[in-house]
Amino acid sequence: MRLGDTEVVDTFAEAFPMWGARIVITAESPAWAHEAARSLTGFATSVIGCKCEAGIERELDPAETPDGRPGASALLFANDRDGLAKRLVERVGQSVLTCPTTACFNGLEAPDSVDVGGQLRFFGDGYQASKVLDGRRYWRVPVMEGEFLVEERFAVAEGVAGGNIIILGPEVADALRATEAAAAAMRSVPDVILPFPGGIARSGSKVGSRYSSLMASTNEALCPTLRAQVPHTDVPPDVGSVFEIVIDGLTFKAVRDAMAVGLEAAAEAGAGQVTAGNYGGNLGPHHIELRGLVPGLVD
Amino acid sequence: MPLTLTLREPPTVPLETEGLSPDRLAGRRRGEVEALTVWHGNRRAQLGDFFTVSGNGDEELRLEGDLRRVKFLGAGMSDGRLTVAGAAGMHTGADMSGGELVVEGDVGDYAGTGMRGGRLVVRGSAGQQVGGAQPGERAGMRGGEILVHGDAGDQLGAGLRRGLIAVAGRVGGSAGLRMLAGTIVALGELGGRPGAAMRRGTIVAMSPVTLLPTFAFACSYRPPFLRLYLRRLRALGLPLTDDQIEGRYACWSGDGLELRRGEILMLEP
Repeated sequence: MRLGDTEVVDTFAEAFPMWGARIVITAESPAWAHEAARSLTGFATSVIGCKCEAGIERELDPAETPDGRPGASALLFANDRDGLAKRLVERVGQSVLTCPTTACFNGLEAPDSVDVGGQLRFFGDGYQASKVLDGRRYWRVPVMEGEFLVEERFAVAEGVAGGNIIILGPEVADALRATEAAAAAMRSVPDVILPFPGGIARSGSKVGSRYSSLMASTNEALCPTLRAQVPHTDVPPDVGSVFEIVIDGLTFKAVRDAMAVGLEAAAEAGAGQVTAGNYGGNLGPHHIELRGLVPGLVD
Repeated sequence: MPLTLTLREPPTVPLETEGLSPDRLAGRRRGEVEALTVWHGNRRAQLGDFFTVSGNGDEELRLEGDLRRVKFLGAGMSDGRLTVAGAAGMHTGADMSGGELVVEGDVGDYAGTGMRGGRLVVRGSAGQQVGGAQPGERAGMRGGEILVHGDAGDQLGAGLRRGLIAVAGRVGGSAGLRMLAGTIVALGELGGRPGAAMRRGTIVAMSPVTLLPTFAFACSYRPPFLRLYLRRLRALGLPLTDDQIEGRYACWSGDGLELRRGEILMLEP
């Protein structure tokens, strides 16, 4: 298939269920809110090595936040509900509670929720106090700076992780330029995050390894330097570099929308080829076909 | 037209009307409503002896007439909306657990005592012991919101256990007396001895007030939680300014004769 001058492989992305939460952080300035969100979402590229995947969803205007201060919203995903609860407590505790002037609120509406502020309150060592407003409980934890305010419960919901597009180009600079354009466009889609650095992974992986201790290893079929060594390659002769954008979202539609936006942006930015990663359809229940993803795709 | 009960003329002695709330009248026919028991002084009577019943509707109830001598309006209400088109008597909204009760005039003493949820809005002024405790009980209001657009009498929120009471006008003496927790916001003048014997909880004063000597100054700061409260009160129609929402507050801890875990937050000029 082709989209403009870009070849689009007739394949699909294979995505998986993961549990997600939205964390709203506010602070006295946008810079401190962003700093806390950056720390909260740091080292959270892949559940394989980080136990969770996280990213900043967007910056928030004061009019959009519970306390009327500037803020940021972040999404955090983990394999299961209990794991997500642990990661939330760890990360809000270490990255938001510690960050100057911040407060932290649940930003998701869902029937299920986990205890976050109710755990972090113990940092107050008995001096913590709670407030209940409009049916929501908040904890006031005294800290050296003043007071950390955190909502007790954070809503959690089953989302979709592992949506992806893979962008190929003749050289690193060409492929990266198209991938950067795709990632920038995808960040405008609500309810998704791109968990890798800058939204982009250069090291897409396959499941398993010849080394038994590794759950994942390099995807040799998409490594240009191995094109002549491996029994099967997906790297065309004129391609010298490949990048992947992984998408985690709160809904299947959000992930699919982000893939569509990314595909169009990558093609517009001159991507040589765009494909998607899957495991033959045998692992993930969510399949997002590139065919039909955007108007203008022709055979 | 909502179900409307119109008081024909003010009763000569107080009329007690427990159960006059939209959730308890839902689904009842007009004759059933008129047959409800009320107490006129110490005499059992029927609601129809005093009120004209018109309209219908399961979720909204409207009361009209001079109701200053009618007690317990909306007492025990758990859902729906009750509007009192004028003044209401004592114990209005007592033991409410849900729904919204709006009094367009003044209310008598003991409004919202024992309240556990819902919202009581008083467009006029309120008497004494708003959100207080029922006789014989230690804890007062345990949840919900009371908004008074006018003034409020003495011992506002006495024994308050949880919930929010906000008063736009002047508040009488001993607000938050023996309060256990919860939040009181006084936008106007606050009377003497606020927070006497309070254990926990918050009293917010927007004007200077002389505190009991058993309160100790902690610091001046911008309490993060207060922004949530004040923004909500503004959204509910109380006159909050940006200076109040974003301002610095002197934090006084007390009462030192109790736990000293309560606080009075006083807006700094």
